[in-house]
Amino acid sequence: MPWIDACATTDIDAEDLIRFDHAGATYAIYHSPDGQFYATAGKCTHEDVHLSDGLVMDHLIECPKHNGQFDYRTGEAKRAPVCINLKTFKTKVEGARVYIEVS
Amino acid sequence: MTKRDYSLLGPDGKRAVDIGLAAAEWYHTDVPRKVMKDLMQRSDQPAIRDTVILYGCMIAFAAAGIALWPSLWSIPFWLAYGVLYGSASDSRWHEAGHGTAFKTPWMNNVVYEIASFMVMRNSATWRWSHARHHTDTYIVGRDPEIAIMRPPAFARLLLAFIGVPDVIAFFPRLVYNAFIGVHPTEKTFVPQSEWPKIVRVARISLAIYVATLALALWMRSILPLMVIGLPRMYGAWHFIMTGLLQHGGLADNVIDHRLNSRTVYMNPISRFIYWNMNYHVEHHMFPMVPYHALPALHAAIKHDLPRPNASIAEAFGEMWPALRRQLASEEYFLKRDLPATAKPYRMDFHEGALGQTPAE
Ligand code: FES
Repeated sequence: MPWIDACATTDIDAEDLIRFDHAGATYAIYHSPDGQFYATAGKCTHEDVHLSDGLVMDHLIECPKHNGQFDYRTGEAKRAPVCINLKTFKTKVEGARVYIEVS
Repeated sequence: MTKRDYSLLGPDGKRAVDIGLAAAEWYHTDVPRKVMKDLMQRSDQPAIRDTVILYGCMIAFAAAGIALWPSLWSIPFWLAYGVLYGSASDSRWHEAGHGTAFKTPWMNNVVYEIASFMVMRNSATWRWSHARHHTDTYIVGRDPEIAIMRPPAFARLLLAFIGVPDVIAFFPRLVYNAFIGVHPTEKTFVPQSEWPKIVRVARISLAIYVATLALALWMRSILPLMVIGLPRMYGAWHFIMTGLLQHGGLADNVIDHRLNSRTVYMNPISRFIYWNMNYHVEHHMFPMVPYHALPALHAAIKHDLPRPNASIAEAFGEMWPALRRQLASEEYFLKRDLPATAKPYRMDFHEGALGQTPAE
């Protein structure tokens, strides 16, 4: 599985996320309040909506369309109307860069 | 366009899917991420305050109504209680359903369940119908919450002010859900995993209504029904009044909320009852923003929106004649001017897709 250089650690505020597009796929990369970085699929599993306009609250991402929520560490669907879990990807930080392992 | 078919299983809904109008990408005013993040922040405090005021007033008004019953002096208290039960419940159902009223999830859930019961909506079904209303706002055949269909049925609209059509629709469905199960229409927008919840909620609600009715029969008095059930009729007028303004007379089958939704400046009491949903374009464009931050959102994006109506009366003055014109011509809708600072409407998309002609 290739590691992709996605962004700088400073590109994402704490308790926030950004969108990252790569090779025709879209991802969401998160900076948690405790300083960790996580990555998930970029779109909600309910409808075709980018999560990057959503709200990060602790370890939850709330979708901007219908307020469905996922735990972005595990991808687990936490609040209706989302029922299908979100795909997650491994991340690592090297230097000041965030890498994600895409499948 | 031929006559609109609002059924969720009909040809208009299918057509909306075919031409890409369903689940489309909607217009959004650009708001810097940092500003939007601040606006989206959740907090328990404003909704706790408002909920204590709401339930406190309801208890006080109902107590006064019961104490003065059956004297005419009880009437003002019932009117006040009724509007909180029958109208404020709609906005609480709405905001708590979005999960934006409180920061704490269980608080949203408790208020959502109570409000759903009072406003006579199955809490499990309506959570999903409202999601569809946000995905496909006023897309014919897709949106299950279109309040004013074309041509407008005025008698029905007027009866809605005393809850008649909603109550007539609610009880048969309640019994159907409780004894037979989930209705085929509901199956189009509620995921299967949620179906047992619909049945459970229906049975609990039905049990409460049966108990209330039994008490009324035993007491030989409608007093129990004045407290539970009837206020959904005698107190519905405010939420119908404000609700009709949300989209009435405006465009359908478009993907820009500035064309199909209306923001109206309102007095503070109506805003309390309605929980700031008078900022309706703002709410649809950014449903993540809690009700208490909508005035700030309005200030941030009003340069890009049509001028808000100055009052409820002014908004009705604009909407009612438009509805009357829709009686004669189903295609008519109000297209409001945008300020010079706004990004223009992209009518080309809507007209191209629909062969529609907007009114000036
Ligand atoms: S699109 Fe994400 S919750 Fe509906």
